[in-house]
Amino acid sequence: MHIITLGSETDFEGWRKAARALALQGIAPRDVTWNVRGTDPELFDSRSDPLPENSQGGAFNVPAQFVEMAQTAILHRAPERFALLYRLLWRLRINHDLLSLATDPDVARIRDMAKAVRRDEHKMHAFVRFREIGRERNSHFVAWFEPDHHIVELAAPFFMRRFADMEWSILTPDLCAHWDGHALSFTSGVSRDEAPSEDRLEEFWRSYYTSIFNPARLKVKAMRAEMPKKYWRNLPEASLIKPLIASAARVSHSMIAAEATAPNKPQRREQPMARKSSSSDNLATLREEAADCRACPLWKDATQTVFGEGPAHAPIMLVGEQPGDKEDLAGKPFVGPAGQMLDRALKEAGIDRAKVYVTNAVKHFKFVPRGKIRLHQKPNTPEIRACRSWYERELAALNPTLVVAMGATAAQSVFGKITPIQKNRGRIVDLDDGRKALVTVHPSYLLRLPDADAKAREYEHFVADLKIAAKLLGASARAA
Amino acid sequence: MDVQRKLEILADAAKYDASCASSGTEKRDSRDGKGLGSTAPGMGICHSYAPDGRCISLLKVLLTNACNYDCLYCVNRASSNVPRARFTVDEVVKLTIDFYRRNYIEGLFLSSGIIRSADYTMEQVVTVARKLREEHRFRGYIHLKTIPEADDALIAEAGKYADRLSINIEMPQEESLKAYAPEKDVRAIRRTMGRLRLKLDDAKEAKKAEVKSRVKAPRFAPAGQSTQMIVGADASSDQTILTTSANLYGSYNLKRVYYSAFSPIPDASRALPLRAPPLMREHRLYQADWLMRFYGFDTSEIVDQATPMLALDVDPKLAWALRHRDRFPLDIAKASREELLRVPGFGTKAVDRIIATRRLTSIRSADLARLHIPRNKALPFIILSDHRPQPKLLESATLAERFKPQAMQLGFDF
Repeated sequence: MHIITLGSETDFEGWRKAARALALQGIAPRDVTWNVRGTDPELFDSRSDPLPENSQGGAFNVPAQFVEMAQTAILHRAPERFALLYRLLWRLRINHDLLSLATDPDVARIRDMAKAVRRDEHKMHAFVRFREIGRERNSHFVAWFEPDHHIVELAAPFFMRRFADMEWSILTPDLCAHWDGHALSFTSGVSRDEAPSEDRLEEFWRSYYTSIFNPARLKVKAMRAEMPKKYWRNLPEASLIKPLIASAARVSHSMIAAEATAPNKPQRREQPMARKSSSSDNLATLREEAADCRACPLWKDATQTVFGEGPAHAPIMLVGEQPGDKEDLAGKPFVGPAGQMLDRALKEAGIDRAKVYVTNAVKHFKFVPRGKIRLHQKPNTPEIRACRSWYERELAALNPTLVVAMGATAAQSVFGKITPIQKNRGRIVDLDDGRKALVTVHPSYLLRLPDADAKAREYEHFVADLKIAAKLLGASARAA
Repeated sequence: MDVQRKLEILADAAKYDASCASSGTEKRDSRDGKGLGSTAPGMGICHSYAPDGRCISLLKVLLTNACNYDCLYCVNRASSNVPRARFTVDEVVKLTIDFYRRNYIEGLFLSSGIIRSADYTMEQVVTVARKLREEHRFRGYIHLKTIPEADDALIAEAGKYADRLSINIEMPQEESLKAYAPEKDVRAIRRTMGRLRLKLDDAKEAKKAEVKSRVKAPRFAPAGQSTQMIVGADASSDQTILTTSANLYGSYNLKRVYYSAFSPIPDASRALPLRAPPLMREHRLYQADWLMRFYGFDTSEIVDQATPMLALDVDPKLAWALRHRDRFPLDIAKASREELLRVPGFGTKAVDRIIATRRLTSIRSADLARLHIPRNKALPFIILSDHRPQPKLLESATLAERFKPQAMQLGFDF
């Protein structure tokens, strides 16, 4: 029988050194007894075989995950943890994948132990309550806490990172942690009497606790699952729990049963700005009116109406299909990826985007949500028709020389009927009202092409179409 | 009025906001000795729990509960006779620091009634955050309520100081908001959420480019944005609520949609249903929300035109499984991850462990406890190496009965 005596309850390095030597010597877990110095004195009397010297300097690998889990689990208060860890180490040498076996009793147990330690650490971070000794500049903050496991050293750095600018001590029965503004130190455990018993802010904290509680929704079990009773004795607010529960039903019934009071005289409000009404359409009033449009159901899921944008006397009106994700959020047409593509092509064709009016055939974004993204949906004919009157009124208000319809939806709106793109693109078409129109693809079509060659070719074609518009514009400018 | 009385009034006024999260933000600490506080980016810390089962993580208060708006459901509506109070900026700052130093809280959640104008109110809220961050070098968590339609510069500044920003959508559908909160405008709310989303996306992009460009990216609400919907004040169905949630998650990349069971309030309006809050319904909505976000369920699989309300007696995944018995029993040794996630009682962690374990060994019914899977819930739906449910069980009309007396699952981590 080998008896290993570790330096302390949290002596991971001692355990690791002993375990490595034992494993290298092939000493089976059942032949090893583990204890901690000063806790089981009678064991010193029993005969222990000397720990073999690690003379051959052998080493072996264990998964990093094991080391991490062992460092945590060793802080558990259960005395069998050292033996369990050694048994796992022993078994890991034969089966390297052991830790993936979530159903193995040893693995499940060590995992639960590590989890209990983490939870205890988390609860210590949460439930430590500092009490101030002295005031302001010379104060010292002291807390009393009773952890389940040996976690003071594990949990202390959190407080150091958080409260580096104040002097504090956390006293526990096992071990006390101290921060003096420069270094962490630990001293042995003390009794509860050593800790201060009150703080001037606790009255405020209790007021807050009482006020933030909603007596109409009592869920005591849920509270106790997260804040078990064992913590209550060290929480200044916990003395309120019982009276709050006791009065909850009464308070909440009285809220329901109370007679309605005469409404308080409403306070003076800022009047919403009166809408300017205008008899004739101009782009600004149209935009305002369109913000409330409900001619089709698309308004419901969208953020806002995305109306056209550009100078009031622009000679060219570019019409796209509908706003996309970015346009819907920003409330402006062509600001997303397709907009960037358009900007580039316009520039190459010699057209200044700032001088054209840009709009869409459909003015709300149509989509279906898929988790964190929105999938674009093609607008249907009733939606295009419902939105067409906005296009018509925009057209009348702007009175451009040329309308450029980008993509099938735009073409349908501009021509009032389904108009194939490929058949009609690349030439100036006369509209019934005497205006000129040009048909081309939608820039997002270029974005969707998977093949880089096709993309480059189609982009050139798109730019060539836009150059036709530029040329016409140049000609009409000269004529004027 | 003394500060303690103000605290009572203004915490009372803030408690109907369910959010108390302090997680998911950037890592900060004060090891340099020049400030106070740190964040816990992974898991938020709940410093206490009230008997309503809710976590207390932040000092959640209103700057003032005076309000121009008269939203029927709200304790602070203009026509209510509740006592009114207003903190000074310094009072909130001092309370936050004093509470924080004693480890009562992770930080501050500050909201406000609308006074004077959206911009004025937002400016006041931002001033508190600015003071905490710049004068007191406070590095704890800050959640600020964003006032819809506030000026872009104010929103940018709010995002510079806050970890999280939120705007409450309040009602699941526009009609209800119009009826109950005449001064609120759902489109103004959505437009502001949209602006936040764009700013969040920009900040993320800038952060990514930070290394390359060596220009420090401007900070904008690293813990993102969230919202809240009141459940049970209006007649909206769960289908309406969940469809709205799916829309909001997709549109504005929200970190969370909180559901708040409408609860009796002091000096309530008679126009509202004053009864015990529908806590179980609220709980089921959270479960459904989880199924949509982490379990691959589409809204239409959870609720539809035929069953617009979630069952109260069984959880929504079990309800789904009972409606789709033809998909079961599922052989655990072969099923895909997506299929495993749909088994009643299987959580995401258990599924990961099953997938790791089954590569090495077969899984038996005795193993369920070690995987922390509730036996009774799962066994009728799965095949294990030593278990196969009786063929008749899945067809039985009484299968659903087996699950009904089950005790309710306890709350989520807010």
